Amino acid sequence: MKSVMRFLLVISVFLSSRSLLAAPVLSVTEVAPGIFVHQGVPELPDTHNHGAIANIGFIVGERCVAVIDTGGNPDQGRSLKNAIEHTTSKPVCYVINTHVHPDHIYGNIAFKSDGVKFVGHEKLARAMAVRGTYYIDKAADQLGVSLSPGDIIPPDIAVKDTLDIDLGGRILKLTAHAAAHTDNDLSVYDPQTDTLWLADLLFLEHLPVIDGSLKGWLAELKALENHAYKVVIPGHGPVVTDWPKSMQPEKAYLEMLQTEIRAMIKQGKYLEEAVETVGYSAKNQWKLFDQFHRKNVTTAFAELEWED
Amino acid sequence: MKLHKMLPWVFLLGLVPVLALANDDESEWNSRLKDQYFAGKTITESNDLIEIDAPYRAEDPALVPIKIVAKVPQSKDRYIKKILVLVDKNPFPFVGEFEFTPESGKADLAMRVRVNTYSHVRAIAEMNDGELYMSKKFVKASGGCSAPIGADLDAAMQRLGKMKFRLDEGVKAGEPALAQLLISHPNITGMQMDQVTRFVKKSHFVKEIRVSFNNKPILTAKTDIAISADPNFRFYFVPDQAGELKAEVTDTSCESPTSRDACSQGNSYSETYVVNP
Repeated sequence: MKSVMRFLLVISVFLSSRSLLAAPVLSVTEVAPGIFVHQGVPELPDTHNHGAIANIGFIVGERCVAVIDTGGNPDQGRSLKNAIEHTTSKPVCYVINTHVHPDHIYGNIAFKSDGVKFVGHEKLARAMAVRGTYYIDKAADQLGVSLSPGDIIPPDIAVKDTLDIDLGGRILKLTAHAAAHTDNDLSVYDPQTDTLWLADLLFLEHLPVIDGSLKGWLAELKALENHAYKVVIPGHGPVVTDWPKSMQPEKAYLEMLQTEIRAMIKQGKYLEEAVETVGYSAKNQWKLFDQFHRKNVTTAFAELEWED
Repeated sequence: MKLHKMLPWVFLLGLVPVLALANDDESEWNSRLKDQYFAGKTITESNDLIEIDAPYRAEDPALVPIKIVAKVPQSKDRYIKKILVLVDKNPFPFVGEFEFTPESGKADLAMRVRVNTYSHVRAIAEMNDGELYMSKKFVKASGGCSAPIGADLDAAMQRLGKMKFRLDEGVKAGEPALAQLLISHPNITGMQMDQVTRFVKKSHFVKEIRVSFNNKPILTAKTDIAISADPNFRFYFVPDQAGELKAEVTDTSCESPTSRDACSQGNSYSETYVVNP
């Protein structure tokens, strides 16, 4: 009997250490009561970080937990799940994807189970479908992560304008935004703590990346600027408590792109020239400027040349 | 084992980067493309007649600006009749075939293309006497044909068919003037779509462009899915007098991204611009 007990003990230690190896407990910080955030790193997704670069986390209610973005690969999703189980005994009931980008959705598979509803912008499912094949092909090559179509889980609940979800004694207010960072941005507001989870509508330190609409993004920022929030959680960079001051660098960068590109189009200049000259005054203010700026100019130019 | 059956294993084994590195070659051109388009003909490879320029490393594989500069003027006796543009390693290498006339003034051409993997982009010019000249440039890009369609697809679909001309100021009578033609069209390759979901779409692209000045052809082009979303062309024409620049564009939709056997009739769009030199 004693030897059987010892055997079981050895087995259980072996199993738990194995699962720890496979998926550790992700480090999270409680930024407001019941709101936990793992802050990502200002890096390009690559085969070293395996795409785990974005801010992700969860909000705990009296009945259950809402996950907000699941990470850059299935293992990071499992580590986030471990962090939730470390923090609370309440089950996960919602997974909210703030938009289609891989660093925010590739951990989805870790949370797929009967009691969990996936929630996203009404255009998220389409964006996942049209980008899925491309993303999966790239994951092996660029992230060193093996993915299959089953890992990209479209939302069960599509948000068109706004939606309240109830975690028990805690209502989260979800807003589907017009095209801005992408064409499927969703933000999450927690009235109880006056916290706004803006995800990639707000970049800090990491250069903002335009994959939706420059003009649309500026319009969303203008509307958000008129509100006061106690805590704001960006998709990249540190959690901030000085809104709207904290969004000024992003706004200034986007406005500068808009002003300079409009001027070039008016002067009859071409995209090739704009990519070489627009916006380089902002170079030292941002991380990953060299990696994303020229792409931003390209995307913005292609949008603004259709203005008139 | 057939190649298409082996592909999943190639991906699993992580051999893709190795294959990509091996792409700096002429294999597609030598084994297939040259015979497909120029069987039995002699092509002079040189930058003396036309020269193609493209960024060595593309910022956005779905929007790679390329430019072809003609080193000879378009005269009545000697002119560039046609330029074929190919991206060797694209799933459908044909980018477009562009026909010029003496009225074009200069056979320069700029456009934005999709490049799917490390590949040569080549332009082959055919003179009015049948001589062939080729210029090429190697471009490092990947995923241009399957890359997500325009950032804001709904906005793109809403303005589909809208067109505009842009001309530099100070157009002079009898001298070549540079014109830019912007066509709003998502130019969907059909490769972006997830075939197992309800979001299946066909390829949907601009297949023909006719630009004329006072009804005389300036540029006539057959184009395909390798042209970027919102096709954008720059070319010359000679405004000998005041008149009307006109573009007529026709699109099509095909069942497969890489076969042109089953395609629909498509729609036509046109735009005019008054020129007063």
